Amino acid sequence: MQNASELRKKCPLIPSHVVVFLAPATIIYTLFMIYPLVDSLRLSFFTTTEQGTEMFAGFQNFITLLSDELWAPRFWGAFKNNFLFFAVHMLVQNPIGLLLAAILSNHRLSGKAFYRTIIFLPTILSFVIVGFIWQLMLSPLWGIARDILEFVRLGDLFQPWLGLESSALITLSFISVWQFVGIPMMLLYAALIAIPDELIEAAFVDGATAWNVFWRIKFPLILPTLGIATILTFVGNFNAFDLVYTTQGVLAGPNFSTDLLGTLFYRTFFGQQLQLGNPTMGATVATMMFLIILSGVLLYMFVWQRRVQTYEL
Amino acid sequence: MFTWFKTSRFWYRFGGTTPHFVLILYGLIALFPIVLVVINSLKGRRAIFKAPYAFPNSETFSMIGYNTVVERTNFPLYFANSLIVTLISLLLILFMGAMAAYALSEYKFPGNMFMGLYLALGIMIPIRLGTVGILRLIVSLGLVNTLTALILVYTAMGLPLAIFILQQFMRQVPKELKDAGRVDGASEYRIFWLILPMVRPAVATIAVFTMIPIWNDLWFPLILAPGGKTMTVILGAQQFLGQFVTDWNAVLSSLTLAMLPVLMLYIFFSKQLIRGLTAGAVK
Repeated sequence: MQNASELRKKCPLIPSHVVVFLAPATIIYTLFMIYPLVDSLRLSFFTTTEQGTEMFAGFQNFITLLSDELWAPRFWGAFKNNFLFFAVHMLVQNPIGLLLAAILSNHRLSGKAFYRTIIFLPTILSFVIVGFIWQLMLSPLWGIARDILEFVRLGDLFQPWLGLESSALITLSFISVWQFVGIPMMLLYAALIAIPDELIEAAFVDGATAWNVFWRIKFPLILPTLGIATILTFVGNFNAFDLVYTTQGVLAGPNFSTDLLGTLFYRTFFGQQLQLGNPTMGATVATMMFLIILSGVLLYMFVWQRRVQTYEL
Repeated sequence: MFTWFKTSRFWYRFGGTTPHFVLILYGLIALFPIVLVVINSLKGRRAIFKAPYAFPNSETFSMIGYNTVVERTNFPLYFANSLIVTLISLLLILFMGAMAAYALSEYKFPGNMFMGLYLALGIMIPIRLGTVGILRLIVSLGLVNTLTALILVYTAMGLPLAIFILQQFMRQVPKELKDAGRVDGASEYRIFWLILPMVRPAVATIAVFTMIPIWNDLWFPLILAPGGKTMTVILGAQQFLGQFVTDWNAVLSSLTLAMLPVLMLYIFFSKQLIRGLTAGAVK
């Protein structure tokens, strides 16, 4: 009997039902995601004349954004801030996530589901809500943060962190870390519990300590997952907007110290109090963000994924 | 010093109380701000500042914040808008995503690889980067300030990951089942309908990854549908909170109201939610 796949090989054209199955998703996705993205990339090479017509401008927008004395400080400032924002996530969020996942993956631990549920809770809230909650917590008026510091005898350290140029960005990074620790925790937890018990038991029988078992056996096995957590954090951080917009406003104050590429994009595209919005420059900022995110993703796919060994379990 | 750390009793006690201590400490850090906002939203202004850590009692209990929110805003409408947008988007994502995933995982046709990669692009590239183009498109379609605009954009946003996840599940459906259908003369569409219920476990995973970002989004409501009639909960809360910064009762109450539906859903479905998340991660 000829089976269906052999039959299909005989007709070279794409069968009609395949087209029907693919069409709705492809049309919506192409129209509302790919086409606008391409349109934005295209617009970054154009400029709008005073008559409102579009004119090809070559790389002029990019040159302006990267070197003009009004634009460049804003772009490079946001760029630098964004990297710092990402660095705090990598140094704080992922290690805490790893620690919590390692503890939670312990067989004998009771109350696992309870802890998981609570620690993951902030992750399901909106940036807007999280931003406002922390604004209240850190407000000198309400004094919650000061009370807590006094409780651990560090009361003198309290400052209105969100309002100071030197600490606002770091504070926002920590707020974002507080919200998203659940993601690496869950991903790493899932990877850790997928490791077969026999592997771990064999190591213990051979006399390995818990410390060695974790770093020599478990850690290499979850390294690919750590890579996924990293790239997710990277992409999320480089198009972050809501948290800064909610807590610091569209000008990302004080004195642009919390400006990220996302807020710069919004300001450029829509304008602010005195400055009119500029779609083509907005598209230019978006194109730069696109290039940054794309290079991160490509680095992950072609450098990290090739180097890191994935073990079939 | 380091060898001491590696071999010290700390690690032996990893099965004892230390893990609970760490987890409780972090659990408190995660929960404390949320609880504090909720309990203070039920107190009068004086009590909020005098005794922020106390639960409301008969003396301090007050709904004044909620009254302000109900009088000044249209929260029920915002809820309805958010609910409509989130649910319709989710349904479209699931249905269209399942169809596309079925085509990609079931049939060999020229361009299969290409279509798979094309549809997967959106997993890593954030849709926000196309905002300039999206706004132009929505303006030219005359859909500014409509929920339709949000639904279309969110559907496009959610499809890539949904297709990716559904494909994994579709591949696990035994081939004999589909071929048996074909032998009986069922059409390809009929076979799709028959196996659709078998990928139900994927729904939880997809719901986690698509519903939460859609419900919580500020960017697209702010840009595509900022009007009063189409305002979503998050945009409504953001604007209201911005106006009433000094009215602590109103701020705390509106934060609580905006959190409430997500918190309730989370409490009821956290098991499925977390299972969905970990299942997605293993894949």
